[in-house]
This record gives sequence, C-alpha cells and structure tokens, in this order.
Amino acid sequence: MEKILVGLKRVVDYNVRVQVKSDGSGVETDGVKMSINPFDEIALEEALRIKERGEASEVIVLSIGTAESQQQLRTGLAMGADRAILVETDASTDPLTAARIFQAIIERENVDLVILGKQAIDDDNSQTGQMLAAVWGRPQATFASAVSIDGNTARVTREVDIGLETIEIDLPAVITVDLRLNEPRYVKLPDIMKAKKKPLDQIPFADLGVETAPQIKTMKFEPPEGRQRGIMVEDVAGLVTALKDKGLV
Amino acid sequence: MTKVLVIAEHDGAALNPSTAKCVSCAKQLEGAEIDIAVFAASAAAVAAEAAQISGVGRVLTIEREENDPAVAAILAPQIAALASAYSHVFGPSTAFGKDVMPRVAALLDVNQISDIMSVEGPHVFKRPIYAGNAIVTVEAPAESPLVATVRTASYQAAEGGNSATIESTNIDAEIPTHTRFVEVQTGQSDRPDLQSAAKVVSGGRALGSEENFELIYKLADKLGAAIGSSRAAVDAGYVPPETQVGQTGQIIAPDLYIAIGISGAIQHITGIKDAGTIVAINKDEEAPIFEVSDIGLVGDLFSIVPELTNALD
Ligand SMILES: Cc1cc2nc3c(=O)[nH]c(=O)nc-3n(C[C@H](O)[C@H](O)[C@H](O)COP(=O)(O)OP(=O)(O)OC[C@H]3O[C@@H](n4cnc5c(N)ncnc54)[C@H](O)[C@@H]3O)c2cc1C
Repeated sequence: MEKILVGLKRVVDYNVRVQVKSDGSGVETDGVKMSINPFDEIALEEALRIKERGEASEVIVLSIGTAESQQQLRTGLAMGADRAILVETDASTDPLTAARIFQAIIERENVDLVILGKQAIDDDNSQTGQMLAAVWGRPQATFASAVSIDGNTARVTREVDIGLETIEIDLPAVITVDLRLNEPRYVKLPDIMKAKKKPLDQIPFADLGVETAPQIKTMKFEPPEGRQRGIMVEDVAGLVTALKDKGLV
Repeated sequence: MTKVLVIAEHDGAALNPSTAKCVSCAKQLEGAEIDIAVFAASAAAVAAEAAQISGVGRVLTIEREENDPAVAAILAPQIAALASAYSHVFGPSTAFGKDVMPRVAALLDVNQISDIMSVEGPHVFKRPIYAGNAIVTVEAPAESPLVATVRTASYQAAEGGNSATIESTNIDAEIPTHTRFVEVQTGQSDRPDLQSAAKVVSGGRALGSEENFELIYKLADKLGAAIGSSRAAVDAGYVPPETQVGQTGQIIAPDLYIAIGISGAIQHITGIKDAGTIVAINKDEEAPIFEVSDIGLVGDLFSIVPELTNALD
C-alpha cells in the first residue's frame, strides 16, 4: 500500500489531574502540559511499523486545531512520520466534522489506510474513527490490539467485552487502536532536529470546503460528585466485621 | 413526540443486560415510546427476553444471516434505515455500542452523545469527559435525530414482567461485504460476568505473576465474585484483557468492589466510581485508592488475602 494517514490530537497530558473552572465554563487549561493523545501515539507507532516492514511507503500525520498543534505534529515527525498536515481552525472540532476533514484529506492524498486512536482522552467521545469509516463508506476495525496487513486486506484483533475478536477487512479502511497494540518509541534528539526539515502543510479549514456538522452544545461543566473517604480497619477481622455490617458477606 | 429505538446487544442466544439499562435511561425521557430492535440471524430467543423489559412497547426483529455475528459496518446501515421513525436511537456504551453507534450517527449526519449519565431534558443530557474528572451538560439540536450511547454503569436494568409485541421487520439497506468476522476468543470461565456481577475482586500489578493471581481467584470464588484487574496487571500478562477495569477497560458498578494491590490511578478509578462499596487492600497507606475507598486495609496482600479467604468460611 502507498499511504497511511494518522490522526494526532493535541490534548491535556494524561498525567494532569484536570480541574473544572469555578465558573463552570470549562476546564483549566492555562499553563497545563499538552501532549499527543496517548492512543494517537500508538496509532502512529503502528503506522511506522507497517512502513518499516515494507508494507507502506509513506506515513502522513494530520492534526486539526490551532497553530499550537504544530508541536504535536513535530513530535510525530520526530517519531518517524514523513510529513504533516495541520488543518487550522480556532474552534474545537466535533467528531463528525473531524471525520469530514479526514475524508477531504483522504480524497486529496489517496490514502489506503487511516489509523486513529480509539478515543481522545479529553472529550472521551470515541466517535471519529467510526464516523470517518461511515462517511468514507469503508470498513472500520475499532479497539485494535493486533494488526496484520496482507496485500489488500487487513486482519485486526479487537478488544471487546468478552475477549478478543478478530475481523478481516478490505483496504482502504479505518483502524482505531487500543492501548495494548504496541509501545510507542521514544524520540531521540537527532530525530527532533531532522523533523524540523520535514514538510508541514498548513491548510485553513475554510479552504477544504467541508461543511460543519450540527453541533452538540456544551452548556455547563461541573466537577464529578466525589466519593467520600471511608474508614480504615486494622486487620482482617476488622474488615470482615465492616463487610458484615454492610450486609456484603 | 419522543420515540426511542434501543439497539439490543446480544450474543445470538441471550440478551445482554446492557439493553435493559438503555431502556432505563430511555424511560427518563418524558412520555417516551420505547421500541427495541433485535438484529440477528434468528431473533426469537433474544426478542422474547427483550419483550419482558418493562416500558417497552414493541420489539422489532430484523433477521438476516449477515447479522450473526454482529459487525458494525453491516448493522449500521440497517439501524440508520430504521431510525427515520424515531426521535432518539440509543445503544449501550459497551464495546458493541461504541463500535456501531457512531457509525449510525454519521450515516444520519449527526454527532453522537456518548456515555449518557443522566437525562436532563428531551435533548439535554449529562456525560463524563476527561476520564470522569469533569461532567458536562450537553444539548443536541432538537431538529435532528438524536443518537446516543448510554453509560451502563449509571443505570440499573429495567425490570421484567412486560410482554411487549414482537414484530418482524424487513429493512431495505445495502449490506457491505468489505468486513468479515473471523473469530472471537473468550476466556472460558464459570465465574460471574464482570459487567453484571454484584461483587468484583480485582488485582493489580502487586500480584506479580499469573500464578499469584490464584489468590484473587480463591477469594472471588468464596464471594461468588467476578474477576477484575488493573491495566498494569493485564499488560504484564497476569490476566486476560477483558478483565481490565477503567477508562479503557470496563466501567462497572457492582455492590462490592475489592481492589487488591491496585494504586488507584485516575484511569482505574473512572471504572469503579459508581460501585456501592469499595474496599482497598494496599501496603502503601498513601495509595490514592484509599481516597475513594469505603473500607481500607493497609498491609501485605500476600498475607491478608489468604487470611480473608479463610475468614469468610
Ligand atoms: C490513556 C490511559 C488509559 C489507561 N486506562 C487504564 C484503565 O482502563 N485501567 C487501569 O487500571 N489503568 C489504566 N491506565 C493505567 C494507569 O494509569 C495505571 O498505570 C494503572 O492503573 C496502574 O496499575 P496498578 O494499580 O495495578 O499498578 P501500580 O500503580 O504499580 O500499583 C501497584 C500498587 O500495589 C501496591 N502493592 C505492591 N505490593 C503490594 C503488596 N505486597 N501488598 C499490597 N499492596 C502492594 C503498591 O503500593 C501500589 O499501590 C491507563 C493509562 C493511560 C495513559
């Protein structure tokens, strides 16, 4: 296959304990560390491995967002992607519009395989990959924990609630990845230098001719109802008594 | 007029409890008429179960060979075709629902509301973001069909005792052949199912090996509990992936959850926030798991767990 397209979303780093702003208008992002969505890093790693096995010739990374997302794209290039595309928009992009943007890029680039994270850890929607597959009219293999390519088909093992499901899909297709698919490589300093020379195209959203999908409005943010810290018991006997008191054993 | 179509999750033989939880969510919509759709090769057994769920008006069966086993790309166009008669289409936020529902939403040209925790109005819902560290109230446009997944841990299964009509339906939709089911491997176990179990005993990285997980199994068997785990335990190969609890594993709400040798990372806690009672056993008194536990015991699991198992005779 020729080209693999990978999505890289800029999100609040997974180690940050996200706080809701006191006025309920959003979450605190000022001065907060931003990173590539961890699932997207796994998606990129998989694309790079496919290319390194000689099964694809080019890996393109795509981000949708403000100019700041260039940072994440540069990291992707340092990991080994060949080139990057930033679709520039100030608005945060809903999953269906994101899927339409991917579709527009796929048409421009003649992509054979799209690999995305199974969800972004900010809005936790888990929609974009499936929606892209629908918009594109192509197969989807979500929550992948193993991928093998065989000519014009891919065999994907998926993590489902009862175990592992394997499906076979015709290419082109969309794969969304789960955490256990691989372990992303670390970026080395020389790679960061090299990445600066790799092409990064910026396309204003308005130039793509993509129609924005009907919006789901967020009216309010609030912190979750916390659980109360309970009691500590001294020993097993204390634990058994506490469980009996609650009628649990 | 609020008309809700709930997409049944099943394995061809039995209905998954997630379906009755979706019905509970749908019932929160005022004056809702609720139908369940069963896509299967032969739907009779599953439809009979679905017809018993209280609050359901009709069970629609859509029988064709291609519907067994369920593949998202095959189901989605059929669901989208059926959706035109409904204001809302709900599926569970299980692996099944998360796979198929966004595909349906895109075919209907709408965004999806993922993981409904509560219903605030016909088009207004609450849902978690940032691994449950924030809850948002969202409003979908009233003029388009509303596609959503229901966070099953937020709902009790609707009761039985109903006898809804069962109607067989034909759907004119083009079925793709580009996606083929190969196999499913499932850890054969006589233990209760993690999603629906009343009690769950869960082990983390501290267990140290697959053999040591025997301690967890013994305690679970004593309690009649399902087995859970942390991502670290799964990644280390101590237990199969379907046991993982958390943001990227299963979100569960048992009456009793016992976390053993699990530190309590946010991504893990997300999966158990709705549990009745959380018990933590950890040798580190500073472990974050204790902040969310109802009962905590500091100590070495390798002595505590066998002692506890014996004490429960
Ligand atoms: C995007 C993303 C998604 C994730 N999703 C999930 C998820 O769904 N579920 C999940 O669980 N994790 C998830 N994680 C991983 C999570 O961040 C933690 O790394 C993981 O939960 C840690 O597992 P653990 O508690 O078993 O291991 P550790 O954090 O290593 O904790 C082990 C605990 O055992 C205790 N211990 C050690 N020895 C003993 C002993 N002898 N007796 C008693 N206690 C002992 C230690 O004090 C420690 O608290 C995710 C991470 C990311 C980045």
